[in-house]
Amino acid sequence: MPDSTFLDSTELVLNMGPQHPSTHGVLRVILKLDGEKVLGTECVIGYLHRGVEKIAENRTYAQFNPYVDRMDYVAAVSNGLGYCLAIEKLLNVEAPPRAQAVRVILTELNRIASHLLWLGTHALDIGAITPVFYCLREREEALKIFEKYCGARLTTHAFRIGGLLYETYDGFEQEVRTFCDMFLPKVDEYEELLTNNRIWVGRLKNVGILNADECKEYGVTGPVLRASGVKWDLRKAQPYSGYEKYDFEIPTRRNGDTYDRYMVRMEEMRQAVRIMRQAVDGLPEGAIMGKVGKVIKPAMGEAYVSIEAPKGELGYYVVSDNSTQPYRVRVRPPSFVNLQALDRMVRGGLVADVVAVIGTLDIVLGEIDR
Amino acid sequence: MRNLLKKIFLVDLFQGLWVTFRYQHPRNIYTEQYPAERPKVAERYRGAPRLNINPDNGETLCIACNLCALACPEALIVVGSERNEATRRKELTTFTYDTSRCMFCGLCEDACPVDALELTQDFELATYTREGQIWDRQTLEEGPRPTPYKC
Repeated sequence: MPDSTFLDSTELVLNMGPQHPSTHGVLRVILKLDGEKVLGTECVIGYLHRGVEKIAENRTYAQFNPYVDRMDYVAAVSNGLGYCLAIEKLLNVEAPPRAQAVRVILTELNRIASHLLWLGTHALDIGAITPVFYCLREREEALKIFEKYCGARLTTHAFRIGGLLYETYDGFEQEVRTFCDMFLPKVDEYEELLTNNRIWVGRLKNVGILNADECKEYGVTGPVLRASGVKWDLRKAQPYSGYEKYDFEIPTRRNGDTYDRYMVRMEEMRQAVRIMRQAVDGLPEGAIMGKVGKVIKPAMGEAYVSIEAPKGELGYYVVSDNSTQPYRVRVRPPSFVNLQALDRMVRGGLVADVVAVIGTLDIVLGEIDR
Repeated sequence: MRNLLKKIFLVDLFQGLWVTFRYQHPRNIYTEQYPAERPKVAERYRGAPRLNINPDNGETLCIACNLCALACPEALIVVGSERNEATRRKELTTFTYDTSRCMFCGLCEDACPVDALELTQDFELATYTREGQIWDRQTLEEGPRPTPYKC
């Protein structure tokens, strides 16, 4: 907050949230306004704090697995992948090739589902009501595949430490292919609705600019970073789960405004379809579970694994003290780090831009507060 | 010039409206009439728990090994057992499952060595009371009984 007092007559302090619908959950933003101009913001978080990291210390490694789904609940599969990879690194095992390929398919499907929910709600915040219906219609198809594969739609608990528990169901590959074929024209449809729309462009162009240096300064990752021209994607930079085998591009844009972030995410959905197609075509046969005992008891040590979640770099840091329960689990959620750039992005803008910028950061409060 | 014409004739807006218009056919409208029309959930869906009984003799399949209670992250399963002196085996007496705290992760059914505990496709778990959420052995075996509404 700027230092001058609240009693200054031209300045107004306004609470946005925690119940405000466009804060995507329970984020409270204290806005300092001069008329409609934003002089400064302060984010108050913690309304959804459940102490997930502390819960981890009182659960066994396998028992904590369902809890990670509840952090970023729109991208539960990515969370599960990050956690499983961290424990696998600690145990020094690797998932079999088939398990890795299925993991890639489901994670990319989850990326699409997450981006679709983002697009729908972001457009809804801006005032375009139509896209949300179409986005959720396609998201439903992705969730149906999750439900058929692992029995849950949102908090999936799809992966287990060392591989997978469930073998793919009959017709899984066919359904993924059908989804890919169905989905690509739909992305063009969303673009028809939004990309050239004058209201959409007017609300998004040159709003919330964050250039490459500022992004690096704040530690911002994911589509927000790529929209400002930095070609950084952990799937390429430090491949995990067999991503080095797939051929895909990292979409980048130059300006780093809200419109560019929208374009980057749209392109990412197309690339996700490309990865899924390659993974499902080259789906190897074989075992789905690595050599992991019934009781998971890693040797003393620590491991940090970061993956490219739909929102940015998602890291899991796990410390083991040679018992069945982790000594410490620390999560580096992408939304938490990205949110701190909010003040930089909205300062000097209008109140309506705050809504657009919160939408474009694609935050999930379950992940921020943990 | 072209851009100006595009702007004047509202090309971008009509483009979007055309997408909306394409989905106006009644064929594309789908509304699930929920209580009358039940959604078909997947085979692997994890819903209401059930304690399976042997259909031949009506005895429970549960061997009271307590593995599900140990596997549960929320520790919401309580297994009561008694040693039968005649056969010298542990026998199940009570089984409590608190569905209000359950997150349907499926770790209990994975742990069960005899496939006695199972998460079924039943997804309607609402009750009028908090106590109704805590399922005893009879509820788990026979399915939930609707709680009478007190007015």
